[in-house]
Amino acid sequence: MNIHEYQGKELLRKYGVSVPRGFVAFTPKEAVDAAKELGSAVTVVKAQIHAGGRGKAGGVKIAKNLDDVRTYSKELLGKTLVTHQTGPEGKEVKRILIEEGCDIKSEYYIGLVLDRATSRITLMASEEGGTEIEEVAEATPEKIFRETIDPVIGLTAFQARRVAFNINIPTELVNKTVKFMLGLYKMFIEKDCSIAEINPLVTTGDGNVMALDAKLNFDANALYRQKDVMEFRDLDEEDPKEIEASKYDLSYISLNGDIGCMVNGAGLAMATMDIIKHYGGDPANFLDVGGGATAEKVTEAFKIILSDTAVKGIFVNIFGGIMKCDIIAEGVVEAAKQVELKVPLVVRLEGTNVELGKKILNESGLDIVAAETMADGAQKIVELVG
Amino acid sequence: MSVFIDKNTKVLVQGITGATALFHTKQMLEYGTKIVAGVTPGKGGTEAEGVPVFNTVEAAVKATGANVSVIYVPAPFAADAILEAVDAELDMAICITEHIPVIDMVKVKRYMEGKKTRLVGPNCPGVITPDECKIGIMPGYIHTKGHVGVVSRSGTLTYEAVHQLSQAGIGQSTAVGIGGDPVNGTNFIDALEAFNQDEDTYAVIMIGEIGGTAEEEAAEWVKANMKKPVVGFIGGATAPPGKRMGHAGAIISGGKGTAEEKIKVMNECGIQVAATPSVMGETLINVLKEQNLFDKCKTH
Repeated sequence: MNIHEYQGKELLRKYGVSVPRGFVAFTPKEAVDAAKELGSAVTVVKAQIHAGGRGKAGGVKIAKNLDDVRTYSKELLGKTLVTHQTGPEGKEVKRILIEEGCDIKSEYYIGLVLDRATSRITLMASEEGGTEIEEVAEATPEKIFRETIDPVIGLTAFQARRVAFNINIPTELVNKTVKFMLGLYKMFIEKDCSIAEINPLVTTGDGNVMALDAKLNFDANALYRQKDVMEFRDLDEEDPKEIEASKYDLSYISLNGDIGCMVNGAGLAMATMDIIKHYGGDPANFLDVGGGATAEKVTEAFKIILSDTAVKGIFVNIFGGIMKCDIIAEGVVEAAKQVELKVPLVVRLEGTNVELGKKILNESGLDIVAAETMADGAQKIVELVG
Repeated sequence: MSVFIDKNTKVLVQGITGATALFHTKQMLEYGTKIVAGVTPGKGGTEAEGVPVFNTVEAAVKATGANVSVIYVPAPFAADAILEAVDAELDMAICITEHIPVIDMVKVKRYMEGKKTRLVGPNCPGVITPDECKIGIMPGYIHTKGHVGVVSRSGTLTYEAVHQLSQAGIGQSTAVGIGGDPVNGTNFIDALEAFNQDEDTYAVIMIGEIGGTAEEEAAEWVKANMKKPVVGFIGGATAPPGKRMGHAGAIISGGKGTAEEKIKVMNECGIQVAATPSVMGETLINVLKEQNLFDKCKTH
């Protein structure tokens, strides 16, 4: 789960990690009030959306006085920001962060992330702050320093110090940087983060070390024990179809194509998208109905798929293992009746009770195209959708 | 012969009194798996599906000699269940549970260092040696005994591959589901190493997916060490970057973990990769024919 920058900074503050003073605003008036309260010489107005690349897209403005704050907040609030991470449709700005400007001396990068190869959390740092770490890794990999963290001991002071010296933090600010990193790690563990990226971390003219930006991502599997993080969830930032699907425990992801997919199992669901593409089609979604799909779940899945107006046909691909094909067939028939299906439906059933399942589909009187194999089904739906 | 489990494996079910565990305990018993004990704290002294239930893994092992556990414990408590199995020095713990927090698994892996137990999973369908022992949630009947090893990050894609093989008359030695999580126990290389040593396994199918670099590392290992043909499949070629595709580990991040890169490295290392999931079996069969192994692998 992603959260907004201002929410991330709120969390960081609680862990003793320095961030600039700032307030969130939903209206231009709130923005001006916030700027008054800050009373800083320069104020930064930052669009809050769940996507990177806001600066380049014009989502970050420097205000020299309160009139500027008013102008920029009016401009940004309600604006659709298109960055390299939002897709061409962009995202509407509904909140802005009003923050005190600071006198930046140097910019650095600090990130905590899971390293899958070692199964450990790794601290990554670079003196090339302000640019994407992937670009740094590509261009100057020698400028990235890593520390693998033992989960029993946690990030140690000597590791943090080593990193600070390696990325050329001025000696007099090393202790502050160490404290910064230790706080960041503590938050990462206690809040079940999956990514904590500070880019840039800055040193300032008045001798401070602070997070100018914060990208925090949380482990969806751990949200059950992170009630305060859950309160940061912003439904406006999520796809409505994905929200609906999550209510029924369906794993759904919107894509840009026109062939709706309903599959059991994440691996098979991905492979189904691949095979549709292989035969020249374009999947409209990823959808895993899971192992315990009931007729109700299948019906909801159909409704969600069809709520995407781009969908011109549906491909159901089921390998019934523990889940029996006749149960799935009943669910499909029930769902097709309930939603008054008007687009072509191709069903491929395999596995337990497959003959019974096919019989149910054949006798349903519905216009269902049966497929023998996954490849057969993919070819048929691609043809039907044209 | 087979890898990891066989007809002598004595299985313990952790969390046996839960609905899912009960259902699968019944299925495993029907398949012929020797389930000797179950564990649910507080239910010690009772029976579940005719299997004696104990309060602790330690007590269950002491009373029954169980050497492999299968874990169906809910996610918030599953990491602790793995630790308990490791502490009891079981040969293997197979964790079916999905949605275990990553930080919990980081700690589990640290605890397991230097310990005896092999972990398979979490978030996996389990391990099956056809006609001998089925541990997990896979449908037993699609499998046939034979000489092809299967290792996979995905449950349903494993079934798909196994089904294609069985339909074509090619049996399997053992099928290992290593799970879809970013932090897991047994990885591709561990399974490939076991298949390499197993004299009854003549070829292997490895099924990977987007996210991480486990497939690339395995491919390099195959190139350097594997004495048997390996074919593969990678799911998620069309998945958009930055999105988690159902499995917690299936995500392309920072340009890493793409299907394209994995397939490229696998090909470079001599692993033929099936173009679509429909031809996983066919791809293996072609390789078996090329290497004059087809008749040896044809079991029915």
